[in-house]
This record gives sequence, C-alpha cells and structure tokens, in this order.
Amino acid sequence: MPTAIRRRSPEELLQQVQAEEDYERRGRLKVFLGYASGVGKSFRMLDEGRRRKERGQDVVVGAIQPKTSPESEAILDKLEVIPLREVSGVAVMDAEAILKRHPGVCLVDGLAYDNPPGSAHASRWEDVNDLLDAGISVITSVNIQYIDDLRERVQRITGKHVSQTVPRSFLNSADEIVVVDAPPEMCIAYDGQTGGAASPEQTLSELREIALLLAADVVDKQLEAYLRRNGIPQTFGAQERILVCITPRANAGPMIASGKRNADRFHGDLTVAYVRQAEISADDQEALERNLAIARAAHAHIEILDGQDPIETLLDFAHEHGITQIFVGHSIHEQWWERFTGTPLDRLIRGAHDIDVRVFPH
Amino acid sequence: MARPPLGKLKIFLGYAAGVGKTYQMLEEAQQAKRHGIDVVIGYFEPHGRKDTIAKTEGLEIIPRRKIDYRGGLFEEMDTVAILRRRPQLCVVDEFPHTNVPGAERLKRWQDVQILLDAGIDVYTTMNIQHLESLNDQVWSITGIRVRETIPDWVMQQADQVVMVDLTPRALLNRLARGVVYSQEKAQKALDNFFQESTLVVLRELALRQTAHEVEIRQVDYDAPGFEPESGYHDEAEPQAASERILILVTPDPATAMLIRRGKRVADYLHAECFAVSVSREVDLHDMPARDREMVERHLNFARNLHIETRILQGHDIAKTLVEFAHLNGVTQIFLTRPRPSQWPALSRRSLVQQVVHLARDMQVTIAADRANRAQPQPV
Repeated sequence: MPTAIRRRSPEELLQQVQAEEDYERRGRLKVFLGYASGVGKSFRMLDEGRRRKERGQDVVVGAIQPKTSPESEAILDKLEVIPLREVSGVAVMDAEAILKRHPGVCLVDGLAYDNPPGSAHASRWEDVNDLLDAGISVITSVNIQYIDDLRERVQRITGKHVSQTVPRSFLNSADEIVVVDAPPEMCIAYDGQTGGAASPEQTLSELREIALLLAADVVDKQLEAYLRRNGIPQTFGAQERILVCITPRANAGPMIASGKRNADRFHGDLTVAYVRQAEISADDQEALERNLAIARAAHAHIEILDGQDPIETLLDFAHEHGITQIFVGHSIHEQWWERFTGTPLDRLIRGAHDIDVRVFPH
Repeated sequence: MARPPLGKLKIFLGYAAGVGKTYQMLEEAQQAKRHGIDVVIGYFEPHGRKDTIAKTEGLEIIPRRKIDYRGGLFEEMDTVAILRRRPQLCVVDEFPHTNVPGAERLKRWQDVQILLDAGIDVYTTMNIQHLESLNDQVWSITGIRVRETIPDWVMQQADQVVMVDLTPRALLNRLARGVVYSQEKAQKALDNFFQESTLVVLRELALRQTAHEVEIRQVDYDAPGFEPESGYHDEAEPQAASERILILVTPDPATAMLIRRGKRVADYLHAECFAVSVSREVDLHDMPARDREMVERHLNFARNLHIETRILQGHDIAKTLVEFAHLNGVTQIFLTRPRPSQWPALSRRSLVQQVVHLARDMQVTIAADRANRAQPQPV
C-alpha cells in the first residue's frame, strides 16, 4: 500500500539544498515544442540562436536536421556549426567535440534522434543531458509524438508509429518550454495522414490541444520547482487539483467517478486520500481496499495520511498541495452533540476557506 | 443561444503586455492583405513600440472618434465609420477595453459584436487575466482586481483562439531592455504584474484556456458514446452526461465569486447552469432595499454571463431551493461560504447544513473565498 506523509525531513531539506546547487551549475534547457512538421520549430530555435549571438552570447549549432528551409539556411550561414560525426554510416551529433569547444549555448535540432549502436548514449537527449551537466545551455526542438507518455495517444490520432522517445521527466526538467503554435491551416507542410481523426484539420487540432496541455504541465512543474527553490509554499496555481476524501464507509464510487470526470475536463490532477484510522474492523478494511481499488482504476494519486484529527490532516495536506476542490461524503445521520460542536463538515468548510468543498450525499 | 454572428472573430490571446499579441495580429493582417483581403485597422494602441508600429505600414487606419467627457477629450474606435467603410477584415486592439462614458456601448467587445453582426471579420487581442471566470483566481495570484473583463461566452463564440506565447524569462528580458515600456514604467510593471512566478502562473492559465478553447471547437460532447481519454468508465453515475448546476444568489458580496466559479465549472463539465434567488415575494420587496439591490445586481451579472436566472417564491430558503432543484433535475447546488455570524447557533442549522440535509441525492458545493494572497496592490 502506498504511504506518503508529507513532512520535510532533514534529508529532504538537504536534498533541496543539493537541488539548488545542481540547478546553479547546470546549463539551461529551452525546448521548442511542435505538434506537426511544418509549424516552424527548427526555424524558431535557430532564430533564437541568432538573436542570442547578436546579443553577445557564444552560440554554436550542435545538430540540425538534413532538410532545412531557405530562411533557416540564411541563419545557419551566420552561426558556427560543429560538424556531425559518422558512426556506423549514420551522422550523429558530436557531443565530445561540443564539450571540448564548450560554448555558452548549443542548438540541438531533433532531440528525439536515436544514436547508432557504438555511440556513448543510445539517444540524443542523453547527449544533451551531458552538455547541460557540463554547464552548456541547450536550445532544442522536439515534436510531441516523441514524448514517451504521449506516444500512444499521438499514434492513435495520426496513425503513425515512431520508435524514438524522449522521457517526460527530461522534458519536465526544461527551464523554458515554448509551444510553436500555429492554427492548423497554417501548417502547410503537413503530410495529410490521419489515423482515427476525421480530417487533417481535426488531427492537427487534437495534436495542438495535446501540445498546449503538455506545455501547461511542464510550466506547472517549473512553477513547483521555482517555488521549492525559493521556499514559497504552493498556495496558488493554474491547475485544478481535486482531492477526494474517502473512508471505508464512504460511497467512494460516485465520488471518485465525479472526481475523475472533473479532473479530466479541467485537465487537472486527481488525488484520493484516506486518513488512517486506528483499529478498523476486518469488514471496514475490506471496504477500504475496495474503495482504494476504485481510486487506482481511476489513475488517481493515492495518499494514506496519518494524523490525530482527520479534518485537520486533510486540510493540511490540501493546503500544502495547492488543492482547489475537496470532495467529501456527508452522512445525514447527525450526532446530537454536533449541534453544539459543529459537525466535521462544518469544521472542514470553515478550514477550507480558499478551497471549494463539494459534499456528496451518502 | 442567439444566432451566431456573420463575421468571424479571431482572438490573439496572451498573458501579459509585451508578449507580442498586437505584433502577431498585425503580421497576420498583413498576410491577409497580401492575399487580397480588404483589411482596415479599426483600433490600434502603439504604446510607442517601434517594431509594432512598423507592422501597420500599408494598412488603412480608420481614424478614431473623439468623445468629450468631463472637459477631457477621449478617443475611441469609430464603429460607425468602420461600418460605413465596410472592410472584409477589421483589426481591433485591446478587446476588453471599457469605452469612455458617452460612447454608445459600454465595452469595446460590444462594438466588435456590432462589426461581426454586420458580417465583418475581426482580429483582436486580449490577455488571459481579462477572462471573466478567472477574475477571482487572477486576483488571488496577482493581487490585482481586473475591472475590464470579457464574458466567457464571448470567447467561446470566437472562431479561433490562438495563443501568442513567449516564455516569462524572455518577456522579462524584453522588459529590461525597454522594448515593452519605458524604463520608469517598466520598473513599476516589474514590481507588480511582472514577477516571474506570477507570469508563470498566468502563462499556464493561458495555455490551459487555449487548450480548452481548441477542445470545445473539435468535439461534440453531447454526442452519444463520447468518453474523454483513458477509457475509464464511471458506471456508478449513469446520468453523468447531463449535469445541471444551480447557483443560489443572495445579497452576500461573495455571490459574484460564486457565479463565476459555478459558471466555469458548468462550462468545463458541459453542464447547464441556472442562478436563482429566494424571496417571499416575486419582486423581492420583502428584502431591505440594500439587500434587494445586491440580489438584483447579482442576478443581472449572472444574466450577462448567459446564465438563466429566476426568482423563487418561498419562506424557507433551503426548502424552496432544494424543491426547485429536484423539480429541475439539478445535480449540483452552489452556495457561498457561511459568514462567521452564520455558523451554527445552538438553536438552528446554517443554510449550508440545511441544504446538505435536504438535498439527499445532489452534490452541494461550497465555493471558496478566493481572497488575494499576494501583496495587495492598488489598481
């Protein structure tokens, strides 16, 4: 059973300091994200390189795609290019030469390329990682179809299979991400293949949506990292984060289903939390397991929390994690003394002043 | 909903001044002109930016109209002159602008509506912080209460929403180099709106909104068999497709927040949305004048956001509300948080308790008070 109690230990604080130092040493990663060929991500990357060079930065080109537009050629003429290297008959980025040259900024087109057998790394993104580790900033471009956790979805839309991938975690580590956004009719170079979608416009529109949401998610990760580095608690955000609170007796099915639907529609985050109760009966334990299974089926994050007071524990968790909506069940059988003390629900609402509370009937 | 206007609206959406909305809009207007389309500039705000001004070259500009107000001379878009000129495409900067009193319409977006109705296509610009349903979130993030807002249905009506994106760091660089504002104005801007963390959040909001706008234009959600992503089925809730949200309107000033939030949730869930107030008399005359005025203002606000409103007659608010909800197949009731004085007294339950108690087969949402957590800033 997954357990997570979010209290900062000395080790975690140490990790934070370490993370800050690593961040300072590492080069900065900027990614131009495209959702179809022809949106112009390579050009945008080169153009940024040109402008940075004009502003006095030491810029080199580490890798460029074989086919480039005349506009890109014009920029390439003005930039220093580190030639590609042949490995088993395949042209690959010469990471060693770049490391030796040690520029301030390196432009790397086609982040998802695979290296041939016999190279130091299997994929180009790993070479880029080395450059970043060496303190070289990298500006790169990638198409969403190569992001590992999106690959299948994109494939369903386009009908095209790709084998190379870039891990999402690497993308999440980017300092800056830019969607090269152009409305579908602008993507002239699009080859017109459609998978499940009805038309090329529909295909591009779906890909565009995925790219925008991916960028939003990466931006969200950046914000988290920024707040962490600066020791600011996460109290606000742009993403909807839904916390469904369950107990063994809760009617968890509808609550989690509703949470899932809300999270999907808002493209937000879904967490299901349970505050551990001392000594629960075997029946309750079984019911709890059933409820947690529903949560797992809905791909929710599951948090088992420990705390003296369930309401306070939930509120602490919610505030710490920037939750925007709390879903709770409410028993209509009110205890007589609660007329005087206030029900747990009252206390939850009172404490959740900047969070929506949605009450589900039992 | 009303018949869609004849002209097509394209919104260039940004998240801060200086990301390049106007520049890109003019760039596309120039492209349209090269394709033989009859383009005019209906309103353009140069802000002294040389690159942007250069982009207007060769485009016909309809002179602004001057309006005398309290001894000052103000300039607004000349809608009548544009209608007379009748271009195919009109470029209108700063969509959320409020007109000076004395103009026919309160808001520039209403002028744009006139152009669209006349069959003129319009390109326009706006920032995400001006979207009505995000007003409270933006306040909480930036500390600024944005007064000039665009109702969400106006954006939904647009034919296209494109995001003009620039990373916050690049924007801050531009600002520092004096591209966006003059140096002294830039310092002021840096002090409030332009903090990196604020920009990051606003940018994320804009990306998500643009994705949402893309999505609602591509799928018919009410089509049978639609299931978003993942293929997870919620058998527990067969009526999931037809959600109905009911917002209770009271004199409480937090009601405006409640209406925005309820409408936003309804829009994302593709749910219907109603707003009702409960009064002993249909014309609200049993209420103190001050309360009545607030309720009327809130109902009016809801109508402006295209929410259907009703005044229910009844002595018991909770009972009347829940009865109406049952009769109308409501799935979710939205309430404001109880004021401190309304927490349960020994003798009676709070309204929230009463509604939760009565509404046994519905969800009840108590909307957050999205108070500002940033430094308070004068607007």
